[in-house]
Amino acid sequence: MTRQGETDFRTRLQHWLPKVVLSPSLAMVLVFVYGFILFTIYLSFTDSRILPSYGWVGLENYSKLWRLSHWTTSLTNLGIYAFLYITICTALGLALAIFLDQKIRGEGALRPIYLYPMALSFIVTGTAWKWFLDPGIGIEHTMHLWGWESFRFGWIKDRDFAIYTLVIAAVWQTSGFVMAMFLAGLRGIDSEIMKAAQIDGASNFNLYRRIVIPLLRPAFLSAFVILAHLAIKSYDLVIALTGGGPGRATELPATFMYSYTFTRNQMGIGASSAVIMLMTIAAIMVPYLYAELRERK
Amino acid sequence: MMSAAQTQSVRTGHVTRMFIYLFLLLSALFYLLPFFIMLTNSVKPLGEITGGNMMSLPEVFTLEPWKAAWSSAQVGVEPTGLRPYFWNSIRMVVPAVFISTILGALNGYVLTKWRFRFDTILFGLMLFSCFIPFQIVLIPMARILGILGLAGSTYGLILVHVVYGIGFSTLYFRNYYAAFPTELVRAAQIDGARFFQIFRRIMLPSSGPIIVVCVIWQFTNIWNDFLFGASFASGSGAPMTVALNNLVQSSTGVKEYNVHFAGAILAALPTLLVYIVAGRYFVRGLMAGSVKG
Amino acid sequence: MGFLDIRNVTKSYGRVEVLHRVDISVEEGEFLVLVGPSGCGKSTLLNMIAGLEDISSGDIAINGRVVNGVHPSNRNIAMVFQSYALYPNMTVGQNITFGLEMHGVPRPEREKAMKEVAELLQIGQLLDRKPGQLSGGQRQRVAMGRALVRNPDVFLFDEPLSNLDAKLRVNMRTEIKKLHEKLKTTIVYVTHDQIEAMTLSTRIAVMYQGHVQQLGAPKEIYDTPANLFVATFMGSPAMNIIPAQVVMQDDRPHARVTTRDGSHAMLPFSQANLAAWDGRDILLGIRPEAITDPDGADRKSDNIVALGNHIGLTEPAGSDTFVTMTLGGRDTIARMRADVSVSPGDRFEFAVNMDKAIAFDPGTEDRIGP
Repeated sequence: MTRQGETDFRTRLQHWLPKVVLSPSLAMVLVFVYGFILFTIYLSFTDSRILPSYGWVGLENYSKLWRLSHWTTSLTNLGIYAFLYITICTALGLALAIFLDQKIRGEGALRPIYLYPMALSFIVTGTAWKWFLDPGIGIEHTMHLWGWESFRFGWIKDRDFAIYTLVIAAVWQTSGFVMAMFLAGLRGIDSEIMKAAQIDGASNFNLYRRIVIPLLRPAFLSAFVILAHLAIKSYDLVIALTGGGPGRATELPATFMYSYTFTRNQMGIGASSAVIMLMTIAAIMVPYLYAELRERK
Repeated sequence: MMSAAQTQSVRTGHVTRMFIYLFLLLSALFYLLPFFIMLTNSVKPLGEITGGNMMSLPEVFTLEPWKAAWSSAQVGVEPTGLRPYFWNSIRMVVPAVFISTILGALNGYVLTKWRFRFDTILFGLMLFSCFIPFQIVLIPMARILGILGLAGSTYGLILVHVVYGIGFSTLYFRNYYAAFPTELVRAAQIDGARFFQIFRRIMLPSSGPIIVVCVIWQFTNIWNDFLFGASFASGSGAPMTVALNNLVQSSTGVKEYNVHFAGAILAALPTLLVYIVAGRYFVRGLMAGSVKG
Repeated sequence: MGFLDIRNVTKSYGRVEVLHRVDISVEEGEFLVLVGPSGCGKSTLLNMIAGLEDISSGDIAINGRVVNGVHPSNRNIAMVFQSYALYPNMTVGQNITFGLEMHGVPRPEREKAMKEVAELLQIGQLLDRKPGQLSGGQRQRVAMGRALVRNPDVFLFDEPLSNLDAKLRVNMRTEIKKLHEKLKTTIVYVTHDQIEAMTLSTRIAVMYQGHVQQLGAPKEIYDTPANLFVATFMGSPAMNIIPAQVVMQDDRPHARVTTRDGSHAMLPFSQANLAAWDGRDILLGIRPEAITDPDGADRKSDNIVALGNHIGLTEPAGSDTFVTMTLGGRDTIARMRADVSVSPGDRFEFAVNMDKAIAFDPGTEDRIGP
């Protein structure tokens, strides 16, 4: 009776095949994502200008970056924009979901209407809202024609208010998605819990406040994570809607990075701003992904 | 998922219901209005927009803005219309979607049915790559594409979109195959099917829904991308979104709003069409991309 | 050396050993059942025979060939899964012949083999349907057909009946038994259901916590369980385990047990070797059917003892009536004829068949020999 060497070649090949199949994807991700991240981090410590160069300057780019009013303005803008965007999207999405969940006639027609902007490019959204908000031909002009002569809506041209137009367009694009997430969460709640609460005498308001909304916690968390990372990555919409202006009123870190790297030829500073963006997103995404992947083991 | 029969039975009063319907209808108006305005103004002569009311229906119906946007409008320096860029996008999207979906399916298959040590960590690394701010890879990617001779070309963009699309496509297939009974794979092994035979004969024939979800997601994402297109393929190789932005932002001459609107709708048309035809799968993809479990 | 040899096989995941030195030798044509509670290692062992899991140490040989490291499809085995594992995208016919196709069997031969199996299992009319259109029992037959068509050396069954409802399960059990008697194939069958184990097997391996607790013929396992675990796992209702003390009386070892009113009853053992345990505590094991009403006692036994005790609870089960009493501080179940007239609280003369009684060492929990 033979003992060793029984493992035939094909069986051994089968053993390695899964790893072989996975390796091209893995290699691509390792090089193009993690390798590139390391490279950019390295660049952020160098004196790169128009092209990468490898003179080590330590933290100089970071200290320059934080002294630039352009950068701090971008961060402030991002703070305002992200806060309002996340809050309004969540509130509107939750309201739409709860209302749609009340045995609404025509729900099947309303849902796709709320959600379709998600299928559009931010460039299209930006183009549509750019003209709709333009005082010359948009909503303000229309109101004047309809006889409301004193109506003013020139936020998009106003340094103090332009950032809010960004919020409006972004909310328009993604709140339907948040609605869908909450609606799925609502439909996943055990209806017997709802019945029990009603038998316990909870009013509708209390039913939602005390029972339903706490049960939607996972949906809140997912919505927050998705919206936060979208906010930090926002680039296309700014370009299409305001181009960062008027002045720097709607500059965000994403547009800052792009202009410093590719038009102002300050690659070292651009790289350091990208690193800060990555760190911010990682702080939100890594714990979330970690928890998600752990749960399912 | 969302079309499931409603089970909740919250009782609401008359006044409350009136308020709810009013809120829902006003919201619907909010979502529809911008697109409605784009549509109506894209078939008006320019004079009717600048001199008239944006909200009113066209007095003179014309398809000229559409023709101009498609074939003769000034995009960048050339009066080519959006047509060549539309085909750029098609040439970019089709292979990128195809490749990333195939790779995602294989990865999902390996990660669920041929598990090995550290596979969850590897998947985590792939998944995180979906969420990085792409600014962090712009500089080295531009260099590499230059070195590979792919800068400014459609092939370069295909490569970029495959690389950054793998995370999501792997996520979709992994979650789908995780629910696929492992006993079937074992039965096939005993029956003598090997790695690729099991994939082709057992897994793929049951993967219809998730393939649709993945293709739609990748298609929408890649079609709508602007950042990579603007960074690596401006000029004649640009995709549709970049061309649209060039059309709208071009500062020369009179602003032809009607042409801009027509162009915007042209850029939105493919993804919108997919949404209308297969909205159910689109929503499934969105959900799977956010709430994993 | 047997037809299927499991020699010193262990399985570990990292440092955790889940299967400890299993040694089983199965003869050709035997029906071996691996039985035990979930997590006992029985499915792991089956998967190792199939080649679906690696062997950490030891050997598995089928028909004289060591198969460690051989691909599952080259071990000449077939397997029926708990979920049936029918390929949802293929018809019943394609499901049955897929294995032959993968092994390069030409189409005419495949068709012929499929027809034979379909006839044997009476599933001819289902061949063009998809698994989704079949009932549970039909899927079960198709899964068996897929295994049979390969004509393997060894059939492996992984809890094949656990997804069926109670009535169908009994029917399919009978069919599997008939099939085995007709085809005389070697079968290894995993189940957690001790009745399946008893009815189907020619030999049983009772497993618990990664150890084979006992390997033997069903009657051997039932009558002389090796330890407390086997005794209580096999049989329903479970064997009564009563704390008792060995006392010598008339030169014969007796079990002294406490009845409900606190008095002692003396039950004479049939095994003389228990004299060595004089004065020590033991656990007395008596199956419910060995405690009856006097008329229902086994007439062939010459060691029927009368035991007076109060009746606790009566549970008429149709064919039998189960009567509970307190013995040695434990609930003890007696199995009586259905028409026996007893009521709770009454004092009753139980007839205990001490020929069937066994004793366990309370320390090691092993049965006290021989």
